[in-house]
Amino acid sequence: MAKQYETVIGLEVHVELATKTKIFCGCSTAFGGAPNSHTCPVCTGMPGSLPVLNKQVLQYAIAVGLATNCDITRNGKFDRKNYFYPDNPQNYQISQLYLPICRNGYVEIETEDGGKKKVGIHEIHMEEDAGKLIHDEWEDATLVDYNRSGVPLIEIVSEPDMRSADEVIAYLEKLRLLIQYLGASDCKLQEGSMRADVNLSVREAGASEFGTRTEMKNLNSFKAIAHAIEGEKARQIDLIESGQKVVQETRRWDDTKEASYAMRSKEDAQDYRYFPDPDLVPIVVSEEMIDAIRKEQPEFREEKMARYKEEYDIPDYDIDIITNTKRMADLFEQTVTLGAQPKKVSNWLMGETLRLLKERSMDPEDIRFTPDELSSLIAMVDKKEINTSVAKEVFEAMFDGGVDPAKYVEEKGLKTVHDEGALRKTIEEVVANNPQAVDDYHNGKEKAIGALVGQTMKAMKGKADPSLINQILREIL
Amino acid sequence: MNILDYTAVELSAAIKKGEVTVAQATQAVLDQIEKTEADLNCYVTLDKEGALAQADDIQKKIDAGELTGPLAGVPVAIKDNMCTEGMLTTCSSKILGNFIPTYTAEAVINLQKAGAVILGKTNMDEFAMGSTTETSAFGPTKNPWDTEHVPGGSSGGSAAAVAADECFYALGSDTGGSIRQPASYCGVVGMKPTYGTVSRYGLIAYGSSLDQIGPLAKNVTDCATVLEAIASHDLKDSTSVERKTDFTSALVDDVKGMKIGIPRSYFGNGLDADVKEKVLAAARVLEEKGAIVEEFDLDLVEYAIPTYYTIADAEASSNLERFDGVKYGYRAEDCEELHQMYKRSRSQGFGPEVKRRIMLGSFVLSSGYYDAYYLKALRVKALIKKSFDDAFAKYDMILGPCAPTTAPRLGSSLSDPMKMYLGDIYTISVNLAGLPGISVPCGVDKNGLPIGLQLIGDCFEEKKLIQAAYSYEQARGKFSLRAKEGK
Repeated sequence: MAKQYETVIGLEVHVELATKTKIFCGCSTAFGGAPNSHTCPVCTGMPGSLPVLNKQVLQYAIAVGLATNCDITRNGKFDRKNYFYPDNPQNYQISQLYLPICRNGYVEIETEDGGKKKVGIHEIHMEEDAGKLIHDEWEDATLVDYNRSGVPLIEIVSEPDMRSADEVIAYLEKLRLLIQYLGASDCKLQEGSMRADVNLSVREAGASEFGTRTEMKNLNSFKAIAHAIEGEKARQIDLIESGQKVVQETRRWDDTKEASYAMRSKEDAQDYRYFPDPDLVPIVVSEEMIDAIRKEQPEFREEKMARYKEEYDIPDYDIDIITNTKRMADLFEQTVTLGAQPKKVSNWLMGETLRLLKERSMDPEDIRFTPDELSSLIAMVDKKEINTSVAKEVFEAMFDGGVDPAKYVEEKGLKTVHDEGALRKTIEEVVANNPQAVDDYHNGKEKAIGALVGQTMKAMKGKADPSLINQILREIL
Repeated sequence: MNILDYTAVELSAAIKKGEVTVAQATQAVLDQIEKTEADLNCYVTLDKEGALAQADDIQKKIDAGELTGPLAGVPVAIKDNMCTEGMLTTCSSKILGNFIPTYTAEAVINLQKAGAVILGKTNMDEFAMGSTTETSAFGPTKNPWDTEHVPGGSSGGSAAAVAADECFYALGSDTGGSIRQPASYCGVVGMKPTYGTVSRYGLIAYGSSLDQIGPLAKNVTDCATVLEAIASHDLKDSTSVERKTDFTSALVDDVKGMKIGIPRSYFGNGLDADVKEKVLAAARVLEEKGAIVEEFDLDLVEYAIPTYYTIADAEASSNLERFDGVKYGYRAEDCEELHQMYKRSRSQGFGPEVKRRIMLGSFVLSSGYYDAYYLKALRVKALIKKSFDDAFAKYDMILGPCAPTTAPRLGSSLSDPMKMYLGDIYTISVNLAGLPGISVPCGVDKNGLPIGLQLIGDCFEEKKLIQAAYSYEQARGKFSLRAKEGK
């Protein structure tokens, strides 16, 4: 009988924090920008420059730590991780090894069988991001862009508590939601503001010792993570089954080839010569600071879901989708606050918004329309100033950005015509021009009326109230 | 009166009275440099045209009443490890031989605001690693008192320039004695303030937790005045502290009741007889003026040197990683790949003493040795600080020599680095404990070479040191190379 294996997985998750400025200098963290335009002597490692900690980084790190049930380190430090690489202008990265800001936490995830499971968090530490190397094929030269250098990151190191790809995804989803709700990051895997390295080993079911683990890098989507876990698990089991040994190494996932290859083994692991950074003073976290951050913690998803059930008459399915991103939940609540009916807001988010997001390959974080715009659109429909099909057209324009719905309706002349005389006249013409449909209707084909409504709407250029058309049509017929 | 006879403060006063113009003062120094620089090699970079242009600009501001400070119009020399925008900043190393910073160090900006005329950048031991200024990639500086001898180091160019009137005052940096020891060897006043008093922003780091910028000056008044000008609470330096900096208020001739401790171990084996005699004579001068002088036992003195070289070299090994040929500075030619470029640029760019310290520092931080060396050194550092705390519970200050000998002959030190390191015995524990220390000339040895008296104070107690040094100076009388040469 084939042996049964258990997969043991721990994650190192890097999250780029949503601060306006870098971790140790005042340069902008804005994405893009001409190469090296968001730089200064500090983040380009100029001789004599010195780092000064951005307090917002510390506050975000503590907020994430509190949300993940961690102990907060009251007297912490930054350490230097020394290694030579041109994307790292000082040839050391300022990180935390000895006294990370958060330790011993956990998050609770739902398992496939619907049960709950705690995934332990070993530590969360703060560090700086590196620059970007760009190879210029034409010149056969490598160029460095330090715009990303010094962008603040936290690294969340889990315990080896996960046993399947599903648990890993559930854990990542949980982290993403917590951090997005905190506003500490947008956590986009594709854009790299959330990155996960997977540490994986296998062992025979029931064994108490862990097997030799590998670390998988370059995982840019949940799909890649799931595939990489399955692939690595199979690779390690194959090795063991064929009597070979798993080598402790770092592997790189190639998403297009759906395979991984070894980057470096433990034998050539560098000695980073970590030591406390003498340019930075100890990080002292007071009780008051922790209390203040705790007070500012937002309502997280579970609480929000419970409250929505209580306060709004919308389906559980809608609640699940809307609270799944902070952006949607904020939009929903703010639009409702402006006076729109919750069910109607939910319909717009669940229907057109999701449809367009999918069509445009966008994330909820990319939504540009405002609660004001959505509530004004809903109000126009409520007041029958526009009909639903016009509303959809307006919404799409609004979704693509920069459109005030009331102005748009005005400028494009989309308002529903309420002049019954004009409408009656148009309907009479439609009836006169469509004898076949009229006959069908009289012969009991109820459906035929739909064609007549459509013709009328077309003649009215869409700007009529369909229920009124229906009413007048039936009168005439 | 010869312009060069003025101290910095006297010169600024004369300028404000209209007796001398800034341009005249600048020209006088440039003429002096012209005369002596070929023998002494104090400067790595001399900016004659820039200095004269600054002089005109500053004169206008003084005339308009915009610059009224005590250093307005006075020419200064800056140690070449402080960044100066647009002006070569080399750390006396080949690896930074072509480096022109894009920004200016905070201490230098403070001097610019005070109306200083910046003459240029002074020679030093490469990356401040050395005690003789012989490890400079641009040749040694010579001691103006006797050009067969070293000026000390690492701020040897600054100390020699002040002693030889190639500037009116200078900035140096002190990681283990690099201001006080060359001040002692060159017969000028040098002070290392409490760690955090002067911003390190723009000071190219050697040992970050030990480095401090400070003045080298003709007398204690100038020294206190310069320190007051450069000290500032700088938000760009996390280790900068907010504190009182009214140092010149301590220029008072009175030591009555001051308690001065003399560590017995400072006067044991290895101390030159002339140095011992002159330093103890200086102690008697203070005693006669009313100070209470006592001998006592200062603990852990013998651990200072290994502790210092462990910590300073560890920090240096990391601080100097950024010099890799990628972004600025020297890059080896014809390299085929990245690691070859790193290796060759650094092998060719750094001198032997710097390499030795990078290797030592890398070793003590390496996995498996970190606890035994680096961590232990940090613990000893804390104990050394505590032994000073105990001393300052009893005494206002500690008095001793600055160095065991007067300036050694050129070429006699580098062949025996251990001996050179041991020469730092009296100065380095002050850096380890973050304390202020001042060196004041207290006579010459049998060869006519200057001897320095060192006063060490508790953290933030610079004013006590300044007051005692000023009082001693009043009793001692004029001391300078010019005075000796009868000029």
